[in-house]
Amino acid sequence: MNPARRKKLIIIIVLVLGVGIATALALRAFQQNLLYFFSPMQIAAGEAPSNRAFRIGGLVVAGSVQRDPQSLAVSFTLTDTLESVRVHYAGVLPDLFREGQGIVANGRLGNDGTFIASEVLAKHDENYMPPEVAKALAAAGKPIPHSAFKQTP
Amino acid sequence: MLESLYKYAAPQNFYQLSRRLTPWLAGAAALLLLAGLAGALWFAPPDYQQGESFRIIYVHVPSAWMSLFVYVVLAAAGITGLVWKVKVADALARASAPIGAAFTFLALATGSLWGKPMWGAWWVWDARLTSELILLFLYVGYIALQGAIEDRRMAARAGAVLAVIGLINIPIIHYSVEWWSTLHQGPTVTRFDAPAIHISMLIPLLIMALGFKLYYAANVLVRMRCELLEAERNSAWVRQLGS
Repeated sequence: MNPARRKKLIIIIVLVLGVGIATALALRAFQQNLLYFFSPMQIAAGEAPSNRAFRIGGLVVAGSVQRDPQSLAVSFTLTDTLESVRVHYAGVLPDLFREGQGIVANGRLGNDGTFIASEVLAKHDENYMPPEVAKALAAAGKPIPHSAFKQTP
Repeated sequence: MLESLYKYAAPQNFYQLSRRLTPWLAGAAALLLLAGLAGALWFAPPDYQQGESFRIIYVHVPSAWMSLFVYVVLAAAGITGLVWKVKVADALARASAPIGAAFTFLALATGSLWGKPMWGAWWVWDARLTSELILLFLYVGYIALQGAIEDRRMAARAGAVLAVIGLINIPIIHYSVEWWSTLHQGPTVTRFDAPAIHISMLIPLLIMALGFKLYYAANVLVRMRCELLEAERNSAWVRQLGS
C-alpha cells in the first residue's frame, strides 16, 4: 500500500476509534437516562426518582389483578421475580395485558410505596410460536424462557 | 480474483457487468418475495400471544436488518472511495443511501403500526426506537450532503466522513435492547442462543430477508449505472454508449 493511502486509512481508523470511545463515554454518563424503565428491585434499592414521574417495568403477578366493577380502576402487582410493587391505574389497558405479561407503566411512586400509573404499555417478549406449541409447553409444565424482565441480582 | 476486482473497478467494465447481473437479481428477488409473502400470510401459523398481528414481522424485521446492512455497505464503500479513490465505490455509496433511507423509514413505519395494537403506543422514546430514528437522520443527512455539494469527488469525500462517523450508531442499534431496558423486545433471531421463533415462522422470515437483500442488490446496480453515467458523462466510453 502506498504511504498516502496508508496514512488515510490510519486517519480513518483513528477517527472510528475516537468517535467510538467518545460515544461509549457519553452513553455511560447518560446510562440512567437511557433506561426506559426501572425494575421493582431498583425501586426497592431507592434508585428510582421520588420527585418526578418515571416508568416501572415488570411481570404481572398471577392472581394479583383486582378490577373495580364500577370504574376502569385496576390494581395489580408487578414483579421482577426478586421484588414487587403494587400498581394502581385507571384507564384502558392494552390488549396484551394479562397475568404473567410484561408491562411497562408510567407514573409516580406514592407515599405508601405503591405506584400510581398514568399510562400502561405492554412489553411482549422475543418468543414467537404457534398456540399449539405454547399449549404443549404449558401442559408439560415447561416455562417459556424469556429475557423481557430478566433480573440479575 | 484480485485481477477481476481490478477489472470491475473500472467504471465501463462494471457498467457492463451490472447490466448483465440486474435481470437475474431482480428475478430472484421477485420469486423470493412472492414465496416469502405466501409463507408469511398463509403458511406461518398465528402467534400464541400476538395472534395474526405478528405477521407484520415479515416486513418489519427484514427492513430493519436491511437498514443496518445498507448503512455498513455505505460506510465501507465510503472508506474504499476515500482511501483507494475507486469511482465505482463512490457510486455504490451514493446509490445505496436512498434505498437505505427507505428501508429505515419502512422499519420505523411498520414498527409504529405494530406498536399501537401490541404495546398500546405508536411511538416511545426508548433506546432502540431512538437510535433507529437517528439512523434515518444519518441517511437523510448523507443524501442532503450529496445534493448540496456540486463537485462529485468533494461530495463523495464529505459523505464518506459522515458515514464513517455514523458507523458507531450501528452496534448501538443492535445492542440497544440488551444494554438498556427498552419497551422494544430483545433479539429473537440474531443472538447466540437458538432463535426464539418456531421454525414454521422462521423460514418465511429468512426467505423474506433474502428477498429484501436481492431486491437491494438489483436496485443498487440500476442506480449505480445512473450514477456512473452521470459521473463519467465526458468520458469516451459513455459517448460511445450514446452514439
